[in-house]
Amino acid sequence: MTTDSGTLNPRLREISEDFTALPDSERLQLLLEFAGELPPLPARYAEHHDQLEQVPECQSPLFLAVEVGADGIVHLFFDAPPEAPTTRGFAGILHAGLDGLDADEVLRTPGEFSAQLGLQDLVSPLRLRGLAAMLARIKRQVREQRA
Amino acid sequence: MALPFDPAAKFQEYARPEMLVSTDWLAAHLNDPGLVVAESDEDVLLYETGHIPGAVKLDWHTELNDPVSRDYVDGAGFARLMSDKGISRDSTLVLYGDRNNWWAAYALWVCTLFGHPDLRLLDGGRAKWIAEGREMTTEVPERPRTEYPVIERDDSSARAFRDEVQAHLGQPLIDVRSPGEYTGELLHMPDYPQEGALRGGHIPGARSVPWSRAAAEDATFRTRAELEAIYAGEAELRPADDVVVYCRIGERSSHTWFVLHHLLGYPHVRNYDGSWTEWGNSVRAPIRRGAQP
Repeated sequence: MTTDSGTLNPRLREISEDFTALPDSERLQLLLEFAGELPPLPARYAEHHDQLEQVPECQSPLFLAVEVGADGIVHLFFDAPPEAPTTRGFAGILHAGLDGLDADEVLRTPGEFSAQLGLQDLVSPLRLRGLAAMLARIKRQVREQRA
Repeated sequence: MALPFDPAAKFQEYARPEMLVSTDWLAAHLNDPGLVVAESDEDVLLYETGHIPGAVKLDWHTELNDPVSRDYVDGAGFARLMSDKGISRDSTLVLYGDRNNWWAAYALWVCTLFGHPDLRLLDGGRAKWIAEGREMTTEVPERPRTEYPVIERDDSSARAFRDEVQAHLGQPLIDVRSPGEYTGELLHMPDYPQEGALRGGHIPGARSVPWSRAAAEDATFRTRAELEAIYAGEAELRPADDVVVYCRIGERSSHTWFVLHHLLGYPHVRNYDGSWTEWGNSVRAPIRRGAQP
């Protein structure tokens, strides 16, 4: 896990506040909502799965793709099976919090963001490593594509 | 009060037929007093997406583990957990879950350490129940709190610690991890996170029998004859053998522990839950690499 410092963009900050404002019993429901809101993979990736990067740190299989446009805007694509709702929920959070942002803003996301959702006791630190790993891989891809 | 056993013919072949129930049996007994059904999954949110009506959720990461020490909850912690779930000492507890009951078997093994009298697994688990189009719900049951007694955990018969495994070298060991983990090519399951072992390989003398070989395509356990062919045949276990099983953190090997002890009737089977994440990090612990035991 990276420990680079950075600032949460307003969307991620709002997500973090939404989670931590809830009682424990409702936080998993919110995670499940993010799982449900994860957009399906567009055909250009669904038909070319080899263009996705696997995130083996997630407990269940997760694949992602990152596109940085000429305008520096980042778009994110995720694929995780419905029987892996936790992993889908993590992907949904990152999609809601980062998709459509400028590359610099994405790169400023702190690596320890996963610890700011109040999920450690509900989900376990081991499972949360999957979220941190997704973020780290997204940031690496953004850096590579901008280089 | 204990519920009647499932008389399904397949189960009567096993050493302890009372340890399994079929989806048919569960559907017929779902509303019986004295029954508690608990779902235990790898994915902590799967229960929330839908579960067997009336089932409670039991999560190994967040509930069965001690939050600080690498250990399971103690007697008081287990009593609190069971009471919160509405499980009594005399409840018939039927466990089921995802991935061929991998985590359900783990939860069952932990409950065994506390000697819960009536534990059973749903043969085929979550996958079979869903495949048969049976009812699922997102409604979380409100079971009245119980007063589960404080029972001290007994680690002596079903659990093995590192020193005991060291003393056991030369006697039967079953390594249930994937072939790549066994030979030492991989330090963790394919497609799974690295969970921190500095050395790869297996405990000398351990036979490789990946845990999922005990499950059929529909997630049910293989028949007794099929299991005998694997464990008595290929792995050459003899009826009175003292067997230690292990994997990476003791969860996959709980499944094999269940198969060897309850389905095949080996009298003395212990699960080494320290498993590879302990052995592969232990200074001077003997390790063998490659395909030979």
